[in-house]
Amino acid sequence: MTRHPLTGNEMSGDAQGGMERHQYDVIVIGAGGSGLRAAIAAHEAGARVAVVCKSLLGKAHTVMAEGGCAAAMGNLYPDDNWQVHFRDTMRGGKMLNNWRMAQIHAQEAPDRVMELEDWGALFDRTSDGLISQRDFGGHRYARLAHIGDRTGLEIIRTLQQRLVALGIDVYMECTVTDLLKRDGAIAGAFGYWRESGRFIVFDAPSVVLATGGFGKAWKVTSNSWEYTGDGHALALRAGATLINMEFVQFHPTGMVWPPSVKGLLVTESVRGDGGILKNSDGERFMFNHIPEFFRSETADSIEEADRWYEDKKNNRRPPELLPRDEVARAINAEIKAGRGSPHGGVFLDIASRRTPEFIKKRLPSMYHQFKELADVDITAEPMEIGPTCHYAMGGIEVDPETEVSVVPGLYAVGECSGGMHGSNRLGGNSLSDLIVFGKRAGDSAAAYAAGLPSRPEASDIDIEAAKASALAPFEVEGRENPYTIQQDLQQSMNDLVGIIREGSELEQALVEVERLKERAKTMVVEGHRQYNPGWHLAIDLRNMLLVGECVAKAALAREESRGGHTRNDHPGPNPEWGSKNLVLRLNAARDGVDMTEQAITAMPDDLQKFFE
Amino acid sequence: MTGYQLKMRVWRGDADGGDLGNYEVEVSEGEVVLDALHRLQATQAGDLAIRWNCKAGKCGSCSAEVNGKPRLMCMTRLSDFDPSETITVTPLRAFPVIRDLVTDVSYNYEKAKELPGIELGPRDADGKRRMMQVDVERGQEFRKCIECFLCQNTCHVVRDHEDNKKAFAGPRFFLRYAELDMHPLDTRDRRDAARDEAGIGLCNITKCCTEVCPEGIKITDNAIIPMKERVADRKYDPLVWLGNKIGLRNKDNEGRTPV
Repeated sequence: MTRHPLTGNEMSGDAQGGMERHQYDVIVIGAGGSGLRAAIAAHEAGARVAVVCKSLLGKAHTVMAEGGCAAAMGNLYPDDNWQVHFRDTMRGGKMLNNWRMAQIHAQEAPDRVMELEDWGALFDRTSDGLISQRDFGGHRYARLAHIGDRTGLEIIRTLQQRLVALGIDVYMECTVTDLLKRDGAIAGAFGYWRESGRFIVFDAPSVVLATGGFGKAWKVTSNSWEYTGDGHALALRAGATLINMEFVQFHPTGMVWPPSVKGLLVTESVRGDGGILKNSDGERFMFNHIPEFFRSETADSIEEADRWYEDKKNNRRPPELLPRDEVARAINAEIKAGRGSPHGGVFLDIASRRTPEFIKKRLPSMYHQFKELADVDITAEPMEIGPTCHYAMGGIEVDPETEVSVVPGLYAVGECSGGMHGSNRLGGNSLSDLIVFGKRAGDSAAAYAAGLPSRPEASDIDIEAAKASALAPFEVEGRENPYTIQQDLQQSMNDLVGIIREGSELEQALVEVERLKERAKTMVVEGHRQYNPGWHLAIDLRNMLLVGECVAKAALAREESRGGHTRNDHPGPNPEWGSKNLVLRLNAARDGVDMTEQAITAMPDDLQKFFE
Repeated sequence: MTGYQLKMRVWRGDADGGDLGNYEVEVSEGEVVLDALHRLQATQAGDLAIRWNCKAGKCGSCSAEVNGKPRLMCMTRLSDFDPSETITVTPLRAFPVIRDLVTDVSYNYEKAKELPGIELGPRDADGKRRMMQVDVERGQEFRKCIECFLCQNTCHVVRDHEDNKKAFAGPRFFLRYAELDMHPLDTRDRRDAARDEAGIGLCNITKCCTEVCPEGIKITDNAIIPMKERVADRKYDPLVWLGNKIGLRNKDNEGRTPV
């Protein structure tokens, strides 16, 4: 039997029929920062590990992360420490974060960053030769370890190279469509090779979900085709629970023109490095949008804001560096009030504030991106930007210490997990989240597998059912085109479950999702199983529809405004809602989700004191 | 410029062969080749195989040949072409076709495995590491690489000579050799490996790789030539003795262990 040299695929050559089957201790689904870090940890803990990913190795969305990785190393400001980082994170998430996750994250991030350096990452340096740190929204001190504005690329490449050096198996361009269970515990995963369309079964008692977000369910998004909520949906179907699903982060600064790049990310570092926001009247409007919650720590004059870049001790932060939810809402309000830019955004100006040399040095990718895609020279003219669907705060509910879900053997980490960021994530806290909890998930997944007296074995019936489900789009009679259904879903989520929400619109969104689910039953795909994107989309769409329902349902229930969830009909936070989460699980008919409320555990006194 | 009907020829087929298909697709202002192909996929050819991810020139997935030139499809703007022109898109030529515009790039992942990885010495006493910005910048230029493999595809050492693939790692990995060689704290000397396993000697500096690099990395001038000099230095160059004597040689490999 010939094995594909890259993928290990035994079926892509001459072999006919059959189905591949592989045995591992730990399967990691997803090869972004969290998945790679989990795989490395599990391998180092002695487990047999494989990474399974939808794209080629090194292409996951972590490469898009630009600004940096938050870690209180104190290299520039010795006053910085985990306590300050913890406080910033909780306040940024409007206190809805799982406080224990926020604590672990702040405590362990510096060690994880140092580890990346051990493995070859070349971070920018301070004048003392230490890892440099940059300012970002919501962070009290300059705290983000970075490499120009391509930090994510550096991190994924470092982890990828480490993974290769350790000889960990990678199954690239391989999509998992179902998790397999036995007696309530994880037994493995079922998927298909994108290249050949053939099926593959992984027998493993531990599965780590590291599949990222679900931004592709929105029309204007910074996410690529991969981010279809696969991990969220796999977890639901396996019996796990999701939390915080109503909280979706709209990044304040996405490109708005030309149309083909609408939504593409413009890094927060532009503002961290001195960029300001202006409306069509030329007004620096963020001063008009400072919320009460952050008033005491935000500059109230242009003079103070501008002094802050040089002297952080005696001045307060510019309002452009408020947390992302605040800035996105302010931009949205300016555009709605008719003070937008020609292409429906506002202006982000760094050209008038920093030298061309500084801009090209600190923001090389942004310079390149605007020059190549929009004919805009950001060293000479302002950018036009507007909010874009960027990040899912909501995800799989996990134990803060071990990242295990309510299903034994099922772990979740990174964007597809929930709790760490509460109602809103601070910029820079995602890359650090990946490496902190990636390591923990890998460690605990390996320990769980090693401690099992016997391995749960997937049943043939379940495997046959998974096959039938994956092949359904080829077999149904119908006329619906998956691309059209996806576009309709994206439009509905954009219009009805966007940055500013309304009860009646959310109700309508739920009706739309049901209607799309019906249409999806009669989706047909042309062609055959070999590298067929139409078929792949048809499979992914089921996940997007389920996740879309979760977001709309939770958003309708939460009658308040908090972080990445703003209700026009319920402005402002409601303290009662500040003490509970909404938990979603698959319904009995397995065609939708049920929702319950769940009280949040109170913070212990030794953490509570940071907020008094 | 507003919307117009773009004429495209797109290679359709698989390992057993294929042909250029003729299409007409509506495109609009500011779009790139990848947008046109996506519209084709959504409206006329649902099973058209394309590999892509970020659509922002950052992940290096959508490499193909546009009118015969290796490019990222997401960064090739339609406004670079006359609206009456037919745009031809074909898969990367140096790698075997899987289907349509998707090629089997496993050669590159195999070569990555052969390269001896980084091995730093111990951290400083306070648990941190110190490197100066000017020293990390050399490596940082090479680490901008998005692994689109356009340089690998265009390098004539393998583009027209399949046989050379065994002995030749290609420009992307010479970048990596140079990056590690210039790393201020790495402890391994990979000069023999660069010559014997990676075949850097086969490169004859035609700079084709540098020309197609979407990140603008000066692959030939900043990585390959210095790396070739270091390798040659070690093996053949009589000047190595003199250089050592008068302290002109770079000291990047001092105290390193050959691998």
